[in-house]
Amino acid sequence: MDIGSSTKEEPDPSDRQGCLPFRIPMKRHTKGNFHQTAAPLLFLLPNILIFGTFIIIPAIQGLRMSFTEWGVFTTPVFIGFDNFIELAGDEVFWKTFSNTIVYSFFTVALIMVYALALALLLYKNTIKGEKLFRSLFYIPSLLSMITVGIAWRFILGDEMGIINYLLRAAGGNGVRWLTDSKLAMVSIILVSIWAQAGYYMVVLIAGLQAIPIELYEAAKIDGASAPKTFTSITLPLLRSTLLVVLVLATIASFKAYELISVMTKGGPGYATKFIVQQVYQVAFLEDRMGYASAMSIVLMLIISLFTVLQFKLSGREASHE
Amino acid sequence: MNKQPVSKTLHYTVLILLSLITLLPVLWVVLSSFKPQSELFQVPLTFIPQDWTLENYVSSLAAGNFPVYFSNTVFVAVVSTALTVLINLMAGYALAKYIFTGRDIIFTVMIATLMIPLQVIMIPIFLQLKSLGMLNSLWGIIIPPAATPTGVFLARQYLVTLPNSLIEAARIDGAREHTIFFRLILPMSKPIVATIAIFSFMWRWNDYLWPLIVITDNRKQTIQQALANFVGQLQINWSDLLAMTTIAIIPVIIVFLAFQRFFFSGIAAGSVKG
Repeated sequence: MDIGSSTKEEPDPSDRQGCLPFRIPMKRHTKGNFHQTAAPLLFLLPNILIFGTFIIIPAIQGLRMSFTEWGVFTTPVFIGFDNFIELAGDEVFWKTFSNTIVYSFFTVALIMVYALALALLLYKNTIKGEKLFRSLFYIPSLLSMITVGIAWRFILGDEMGIINYLLRAAGGNGVRWLTDSKLAMVSIILVSIWAQAGYYMVVLIAGLQAIPIELYEAAKIDGASAPKTFTSITLPLLRSTLLVVLVLATIASFKAYELISVMTKGGPGYATKFIVQQVYQVAFLEDRMGYASAMSIVLMLIISLFTVLQFKLSGREASHE
Repeated sequence: MNKQPVSKTLHYTVLILLSLITLLPVLWVVLSSFKPQSELFQVPLTFIPQDWTLENYVSSLAAGNFPVYFSNTVFVAVVSTALTVLINLMAGYALAKYIFTGRDIIFTVMIATLMIPLQVIMIPIFLQLKSLGMLNSLWGIIIPPAATPTGVFLARQYLVTLPNSLIEAARIDGAREHTIFFRLILPMSKPIVATIAIFSFMWRWNDYLWPLIVITDNRKQTIQQALANFVGQLQINWSDLLAMTTIAIIPVIIVFLAFQRFFFSGIAAGSVKG
């Protein structure tokens, strides 16, 4: 979000004609002022109530809960940092933590490469059918992660999936895409890329189209090669867009939940279990809400870090414009 | 640059190859949903159904609660979208066109709530909904996520660009503040209303985590929840599942085809500029 630019679009003071005394009769002016004070607060009220009740209070509550032992039907007991101390030695939690990091790293890195490749193929408005291709590549981004997961589970099935069918038909062996502990993670990462690349492609196309065409023309006149043009014009000028994509994709990957619950249920073993799922399980299935809140706090810290980064980057971008 | 026919051919070949990878999985699911159960896993596999049939659709619609899930989802998506558009446009208008103490703080706090995703506060939210008696109610899915930082942001950015003189002129004519909003601002905000509405609808239609937290009652579930449960069963009835999946996909594809330009401009506004 670009808060940095919020000041530069302030209404022009000269346009604020309500301030000019000769235009409005006194009586109506007083009445108008009252309404104009109350109105913005009333307009904001539903949002303030919802943000307060369902984000800000729960966030504070969550922080408090992380220092307690808390089940749905038991009285919360304050236990200080015990949850965090237990968390430090919780192997399952650290397994889900490292799974989340590994998943995020590869998903984000590969999404960026693939989405950039798609964007480069489609941003110039020079070839026929470019818009159609953009729409085609965007289609997976329309689908819910649940339906994406179902589709790929159908495709990657050990016995009856079409990929293994084709492999066997070609004389090879079937591959245990979702039931082998190493391959399951690879499959999840590839499906995540398939599902999301189109969205980031659209973001990157907007970024590429914002680069002034004169720069390319100048480079052409100077006889710069295509790779040289790419590294010295395209990449540097696309930097801020790439950073936005990096941050958005990273945050999305830390929140990943649906795909795994449909495709592998976190298995085999803990091979594809991520933090969010572990939080859900500990909180709602094992009824240890305090301990699960402590896990949420850790997740929250990681996500906040990246969000702050995004604020900073887009703010800097705005001041460059 | 790509004047030579060779590179143009290569360009198209790559694009066509990649679009096959993108589309074939979706197509495979949709086509398979029209195969009779006996043909679904038959060897050799057929890509195009030999015997086109609607029996999977009939059986998944007739058996169980699928029609209920569908109407729940339509209700949630439509009402949520209307509510989201209205309250975010109102908030964006207040932040864009009024001057009052605390305005910038309110805006900053609203945007900063982006840093607290649902995944992180689902436990206290669950308890909050429980204490408000909103568990197992569709309103529990509709109301809490209706106010969105992105919606407020997009609405504010759009409304800031509308000329103040119009609002002043309406005030001079004696229009009340709410009349100005509903009669003047709302009709002038069509593009941003469409953008927020489309993204809200898509998100609500596809959302899984909110329903998962709020709903346990079988008859209150949404489509995504029902699909996830269906896939969690030991013995999956793939024929029915694929038909249900296709039904879940159709509305978002229709919305996309109808409002394509809003998608791309909305993404650009929400991520690059915003």
